[in-house]
Parts: sequence; structure tokens; C-alpha cells
Amino acid sequence: MNAFSRKAFIFAFVAPAFLILLGVVFYPFIYNVVISFSNMNLRHIKDWEFVGLKQYIKVFTEPTEPNFYAVFLKTVVWTTVNIFFHVVIGVFLALLLNQHIRGRSVYRTFLILPWAIPQYIVALTWRGMFNYEYGSINLIITKYLHLPAVEWLKSPTEAFLACILTNVWLGFPFMMVVALGALQSIPHELYEAADIDGASWYHKLKNITIPLIRPVMIPAITLGIVWTFNNLNIVWLVSNTGEPSDQTHILVSFVYKAAFNLYRYGYAAALSMVIFFVLLIFSITFMRKSKAAEAAY
Amino acid sequence: MTPLKAKRISLNIVTHLVLIIFAIIAIYPVLQIVTISLRPADKLLSTSLEIIPPNATLKSYVALFTGRPFLLWARNSALISLTVTLTGVVLAAMAGYAFSRFSFAGKKMGLLSLLVTQMFPATMLLLPLYLMLIFLGLINTYLGIIITYTATALPFCIWTMKGYYDTIPTSLEEAARIDGCNQFQAFYKIILPLAAPALVITGLFSFMTAWSEYLVAAQILQDAHLWTLPLGLKSFESNMSTEWGLYGAASLIVMIPVVVLFLALSRWLVSGLTLGSVKG
Repeated sequence: MNAFSRKAFIFAFVAPAFLILLGVVFYPFIYNVVISFSNMNLRHIKDWEFVGLKQYIKVFTEPTEPNFYAVFLKTVVWTTVNIFFHVVIGVFLALLLNQHIRGRSVYRTFLILPWAIPQYIVALTWRGMFNYEYGSINLIITKYLHLPAVEWLKSPTEAFLACILTNVWLGFPFMMVVALGALQSIPHELYEAADIDGASWYHKLKNITIPLIRPVMIPAITLGIVWTFNNLNIVWLVSNTGEPSDQTHILVSFVYKAAFNLYRYGYAAALSMVIFFVLLIFSITFMRKSKAAEAAY
Repeated sequence: MTPLKAKRISLNIVTHLVLIIFAIIAIYPVLQIVTISLRPADKLLSTSLEIIPPNATLKSYVALFTGRPFLLWARNSALISLTVTLTGVVLAAMAGYAFSRFSFAGKKMGLLSLLVTQMFPATMLLLPLYLMLIFLGLINTYLGIIITYTATALPFCIWTMKGYYDTIPTSLEEAARIDGCNQFQAFYKIILPLAAPALVITGLFSFMTAWSEYLVAAQILQDAHLWTLPLGLKSFESNMSTEWGLYGAASLIVMIPVVVLFLALSRWLVSGLTLGSVKG
């Protein structure tokens, strides 16, 4: 192939990639930046003007109910609690499945199920299960545990807890599968050597298992944190748009509501930028601290 | 029986017990959907916890196909999902190859920006794309939603394809070139077939993005004729009275194909992902 046709070939393959990036990443991103400095909303959709940092100031100071800081705190709680249980349950189940036990693949298939179901179906089904009178959660609580029924969806704390329970159920299979893959790559000789030395299960876990699955788990956890932080489906659909009275929001559902229910485009764009930078700074720090940055790309 | 053996057996039993409990928790919501879909119409709001309800009936399924535009939603969803899958796979296969094999100005920047899109909150791309669609007159069109879904799925798909191509040695193309293939032939005759597993995963991911998406569709497809399955299913669940029977039946039908596909490919999905992210 001569130099010209080689260049033409590279161009033919690179050009679509560039056009796609331009169209679906760069352009919307720049456009979002522009909107975030404007007063665009439903009334000013074409005749918008630049208003400087006004929308950003609004994000941090507007006394909405709830305000930015309350929602931000809730998002941090949401992400931490979810990821904690995803990882703990996931790794625990992976450890159990990584033994020679009968019916291993059957258990594995059942345990992956929550990951395979479309999220909106998960959310709407759990919403039904949290129903006060007819939902199976309350029926189990009252019939078998003989405890009083819980008003899951009517008060802020319980509604938030309902969202967390749903998302914990949804998210542990991902961590389980990743951990299982990591566990299977640990050479068996290491455990045999530890057995000869008379190590207890705790020492084996602490000195062999955890250090060796760490390099695989850290990128998965970073991804998990980003996904959970930005998981709109569960909170939006389980709490039915943030009920009761907008008390059950995380940042993404809050900004989705501002954009598509309240048509505050400038404000929503500014808030999106803030969320994005929070996540970007967090991810860079987290990956750098755990020294997995070079593995990410 | 030695104490050691007794200990091992009891540990084994505990392991099975724990796994069974978690398996039940994992399946239970699915069983709920089955139960709801089989309940007779006068027993929809029941306080019974039985899995197969008394007087189980398939009437909800019949009503779904005869009384509701379920087939129309299914057709819309299938049309949109398949188009997104095809577009996503073709574009990602090409772009991923370019990113894997050539060096060009802005390559690193491009790859990083794809990674960074994963940190965008949903509204970050959705709001600008939505406003763009309004100005272009593409709200309430299939084209509008297809563009949006493809844009959402592409970054991840390109990354996956690039990661997989990276594991295929370039010597294979060089050998093909010596045998008289030009670069394009080497790509589609040698490399593409080898990347088939990654193509399948990319396709699955694009398909699931489009097939299971509610929040974007709710903004872009407001005309009921254009509704996809998620919009249809959500319409059964309204604040006044939820049509649980129809919802259960529809959910089960919608979920079976994706669950089967996903479980069949799941082992593979994760090894592919890990490979891509580590080798990169």
C-alpha cells in the first residue's frame, strides 16, 4: 500500500470516530457549558441571554426545599451505604461460591439475576412491594416477624431507605461477579503454603485474598461509585419523582426534575456541571490514591 | 467421625444455607411479578403471600395482547433497539479499531473524553441533546431517540472494542498484508471475526440500553403512538389505580429475552470488561 492510500485508510477509520465524538460528546458538553451561563428556561428558550455565574451562585445559595447541601449530603450517604453493602455482600458471596460446593453454577445464575432485569422493572416492582397495605415487605414484617407495618413511601427517611434497599439488591451481583473473577485467578498454592504454616482463615483473608483481589476491585469500585452516584432510575421511580414532597432526592434526580419538570434549563445545566466536577475530582483522587490509575487506561 | 470432618460438614451446610437465603432474596421480586400476573382480576390487591395465587389465571396476558397496544409498543421498542444496536456496533467497531491501531492527533484526548462521559450525570448529555432535538424538530420522532440512545451507548462500546482489539496481535494483519490483503481486507477478514465476542457484548449492551430505558424516552416520545415498552409499562402504574395484573404480565414478557441473553453471556461479559480495562 502506498503512502497515499494508507493515509486515506486511516482517515476513513478515524473520521467517523472523530465525527461521533464531536457530535455526541464535545458538542453537547460545550452546549451544556453555554447553557449553564445563560438564563435559558421554558420562557427564554430561543431569546436567552448570558447571565454570567448567576446560575452557579443559585446552585449554591438558592433556598430551595431541600437545598443543594442537603441533597448533596444525601447523595454521599446514598453512595457510601450502597457501595459498602454491594462490596461486602458481593465479596462475601464470591468467597462462598469460590469453593467446591454442589450446585455452584445454579447458585451463581440465581444470584446474578438482579443485574439482568431492566432497572425500571426492578424499581416499579419494589415500589409495589413497599406498598403499605398490600406490599409483600409489610406482609412479611407483620405476619412472620410480628412487627408493626412500616409506612415505606410516605415519610422521607423510610422512602429513602426503600430506595437504598432496592439498590443494594440491584447492585451486589456486579461486585460478586467481579470478585469471583479475581478470586479464581489467585493461585491455589498460596493457600496451601499458608495452611502448612498454620494460618487461620482470618490471616488468609487478610494477607492473601484481600491484597490479591484489590487491583481488580478498585477500578470496579470506582465505576460502582460513579454509577451509584448517578443512578437516576431507582430513586426517581421507587420514590415516584422524589415523594414525599421532594424529600427523597439525590443530586441526579434533583437536577432531572429541575430540567424536565420545572424547565429550568440554565440552572439544571449549571448543577450538572457541579455534579460532574465533583465526580471527576473524586475519581481522579480515588484512583490515584489506590495507585490503579495506570491500569485505567 | 473425626471432629475435623464434622466441622467441615457443618461448615458446608452453613454455606449452602447462606447461599439459599441469598438466592431466595435474589429471586423473590421476580416471583412477585409472576404472582401478580397470575392473579384473577378481583384478587389483585391481595394480602396473601402465596407464589401461585388461588384461582390463577392467564387473563392478564390475554388482556395485554387484546385490550392494550402491547404489540405496538413491542414493535416500536424492537425497531428502536435493533437500529441502535446495528448503528452502535458498526460505529464502535470502526472507531475502536482506529483508536487501537493508529496514532493520530487527539487520540489520547479522545479516549479520555470517552471515559469521562461515564461521569456525566444523566442530564449533562440529555439536556443539551434534548434542546438540540427541539431545535431540529426531532422531538417525537424515532430518529431523535435513536440518536440519543446511540450517543449514550457509544462511549462504552468504543472503549470495549478498543480494549479487545488491543489484545489481538498486530502481526496477524501484517501476515495478511504479506499474503496480499489490503488494510481494509485485513481488518474485515481477519480482525473483525476474531473480535466477534466483543462485537456480541457491544451489541448486547447497545440493545439493553435501548430496550430498558425509561427516563429519556419519557422526554422525547410524548406521542402515545410512538411509545416504547418502558413507557407503556409505566402507564399501567399510575397514582390513582395501578393495573397490577397487566403490569406483571408485561414485565415478565419484556424481561425474559434480556434476562436469558444476559445470563447466557454474563460470564463472558465480565472477563471481557476486566480484560479491556487492565490491558487497555
